[in-house]
Amino acid sequence: MLRYVIRRLISLGLSLLLASALIFSVVELVPGDPASFMLGTGAQPETLAALRQQMGLDLPLPLRYLHWLGGVATGDLGHSFTYKTPVAGMILDRMQVSLPLALLALVLAAAVALPIGMFAAARRGRAGDTAVMATVQIGIALPNFWFAMLLVLLFAVNLRWLPAGGFPGWDHPAAALKSLLLPAAALALPQAAILARVLRSALVDTLGQDYIRTARAKGLSAGQALRRHALRNALIPVLTILGMQFSFLLAGAIIIENVFYLPGLGRLIFQAITQRDLIVVQGAVLVLVAAVILVTFLVDLSYALADPRLRA
Amino acid sequence: MIQARDLSVEIGAHDILRGIDLALPPGRITGLVGESGSGKSMAALAIMGLLPQGMRASGRVDLDGQNLLDLPERALCRIRGRRIGMIFQEPMTALNPLMTIGDQVAEVLRIHQGLDRRAALDHARDRLDRVGLTTPRFPLTLYPHQLSGGQRQRVAIALAIALRPDLLIADEPTTALDVTTQARILDLLRGLVRDEGMALLLITHDLAVVAGIADQVAVMQRGAIVEQGPTEQVFRQQRHAYTRALFAASTHQPRLVLPSTEPRPLLQVTGAVREYPLPRRGLTGRRESLRAVDGVSFRIDAGESVGLVGESGCGKSTLTRAILSLDPLQGGGIRFEGQDIRAGRTMPRALRARMQAVFQDPFGSFDPRWRVERLLAEPFHLTGRPRDWREQVAEALFEVDIPGDALHRHIHEFSGGQRQRIAIARALIIKPRLIVLDEAVSALDVRVRAQVLDLLAQLRRSHGLAYLFISHDLSVVRQITDRVMIMQKGRIVESGPTHAVLDRPQHPYTQSLLAAAPRIPAEWQAPAQADKTAATPAPS
Repeated sequence: MLRYVIRRLISLGLSLLLASALIFSVVELVPGDPASFMLGTGAQPETLAALRQQMGLDLPLPLRYLHWLGGVATGDLGHSFTYKTPVAGMILDRMQVSLPLALLALVLAAAVALPIGMFAAARRGRAGDTAVMATVQIGIALPNFWFAMLLVLLFAVNLRWLPAGGFPGWDHPAAALKSLLLPAAALALPQAAILARVLRSALVDTLGQDYIRTARAKGLSAGQALRRHALRNALIPVLTILGMQFSFLLAGAIIIENVFYLPGLGRLIFQAITQRDLIVVQGAVLVLVAAVILVTFLVDLSYALADPRLRA
Repeated sequence: MIQARDLSVEIGAHDILRGIDLALPPGRITGLVGESGSGKSMAALAIMGLLPQGMRASGRVDLDGQNLLDLPERALCRIRGRRIGMIFQEPMTALNPLMTIGDQVAEVLRIHQGLDRRAALDHARDRLDRVGLTTPRFPLTLYPHQLSGGQRQRVAIALAIALRPDLLIADEPTTALDVTTQARILDLLRGLVRDEGMALLLITHDLAVVAGIADQVAVMQRGAIVEQGPTEQVFRQQRHAYTRALFAASTHQPRLVLPSTEPRPLLQVTGAVREYPLPRRGLTGRRESLRAVDGVSFRIDAGESVGLVGESGCGKSTLTRAILSLDPLQGGGIRFEGQDIRAGRTMPRALRARMQAVFQDPFGSFDPRWRVERLLAEPFHLTGRPRDWREQVAEALFEVDIPGDALHRHIHEFSGGQRQRIAIARALIIKPRLIVLDEAVSALDVRVRAQVLDLLAQLRRSHGLAYLFISHDLSVVRQITDRVMIMQKGRIVESGPTHAVLDRPQHPYTQSLLAAAPRIPAEWQAPAQADKTAATPAPS
């Protein structure tokens, strides 16, 4: 197990390094440098040169990369061109919304998908399975912003249980959670549908395995065999999908963030791109890529926890 | 006593079992033999109440005066595992890979007797000891992947007998195992029946296995029992024509082919070494390697049929891959028709065209989306497709006795035996000199196997082919090869003319293999089919 973890850690470190180099060089390739962006087109060449020297932009590329990497390591992602504030702080602020939102959506999706997938797999090929999976298909097809609007109409406008939008901050935990509930539900719907499909087909696969027959020959009922033997064996593909969904939810919530006026990471990136605030884009992309790599690492670890054959 | 009476199974309008009667008295072993598709396994599943969806059973399965077929599922769950236990063919997949062997045995006790985990595990320890998996070598905390096939089958037996059932059903329990492991598992089953007084229903396609262990035997054909009675009587009398056909096929001897008088070396293997790196021990430990093939040398002459025999893990598949130039060697060399097979980075095409292979699995070795015509023409990419390729494909099919309309069909439309014929046709199409047959008849039923062996003998005569015949089955090797090599732990420990080696084995390992191989007592066999073999010379 230790060897497995260490090998994963090494590959985690390498991926991070490679990703950082890639992100750094992509921004370097874009014409114009940060100094000319900050000063605008009408700047004097001397002022520009002075700023470039001050920002270290006159140094050779590898040295600049190392400087930048050193900054990243100490939590310094540079300053936004537009807002002149530290990029790290901006991303951190937005993470306070995006991270809980993604987690909440994922928990909701899993909580919905688990019983649906198990139900359909237990009745595979029969009417119950067909009906449930047809409904699930609709869940995948529905655009989530439209579902979000339905949720707002029902729970915010008609019932007045939950706010229609905005985020009060974590100083009021209860209110903050309430305001995340509807967007999380809207985000969770298609993910739950995908997850249910994956779980169902993984379960159907495992239910056809010889050890399920052995379990039935032991005297386990079909339901017991499903819960005790099939479920854990079907978990590996489900974990893979969960990891991918989390990464997607972290930054892919932009439409839902807009529908609910949430100050999330997706909106920050969108704004930064429209304002050509490259340093913010760079920082945000770096954080997202790091999150994806980290989640992949955690998924790999959970494989080993789920499957003793990987621990050897 | 458990008794099936007039037991039938149907799916839609199709009969799978047709009114079978089977009495399974305690302390007795009943052999149920027949070919694949004859309904043996369905009979077992019908008794267990575990038929696949859509199948319907009728008739009676009586246990203590109760008809199991009438019982609701909930009551059946209480009988399965407690009154009737079952083990299956494939020990590698029969156990849950994510659960320890202790927990899997204990689960039987927990669900039927409501024991807590600790008490159930104590009991599981006792049962695992009984099947020969004793402490400290086999702690309860092992996972299935840490055990060999034979050991896994012992775990499956332990959980099937955990509650001392009245009946144990064993469906081809040793078919996937090596002969020596098979002998030990059969011994274990015999001992369990004797000590615990349970009835054993042993389902197998192997008449020799039944001859050695069963008290009574039932022969199945197309869903019906055509003959049953005490084992020796059934074997001696062979009243039903189907029984006779089965026996004839199991001892079938294809017409012998005499190797040509002037031996010309075709394949020469000298000091072949194949090593695999093992995972590092600890974080800094030295990387060790496993020597799967350890200095093997032999040669095959043109037109010769040579057997390679050994148990799983002995290195015969590794050696085969090296001969086919699928893997590189770490030492020694392989020459085919005088040329080094790895003269370039891979085997030269012209050379590969003269060495073809047929593998064990007649289901997995074809692209399911291609039609037979395209499948057969595939090897032409080695030689360039000739103008008359369609005629050649048709001719190859004709040679293996497959009707010509097969050309435009897909592979799933053929039976296992037909598929193996098509695989042979595919190997023949570019007129090779050597065909490597890797367990090529192991998955076939005895009668089909006999036909395929006949075909191989005939093709060898007509094309002057040489065979390297890899098998774990000594009787098949005896039927088809001139010379045999016995392989153990990466080395060839004995080799020589097949009959000399198998009749008078010199090496202790060969002796143990032969002793473990089940056989039908010679005096049980009908005298009419003793020896009808004739020798014909090979074409030069």
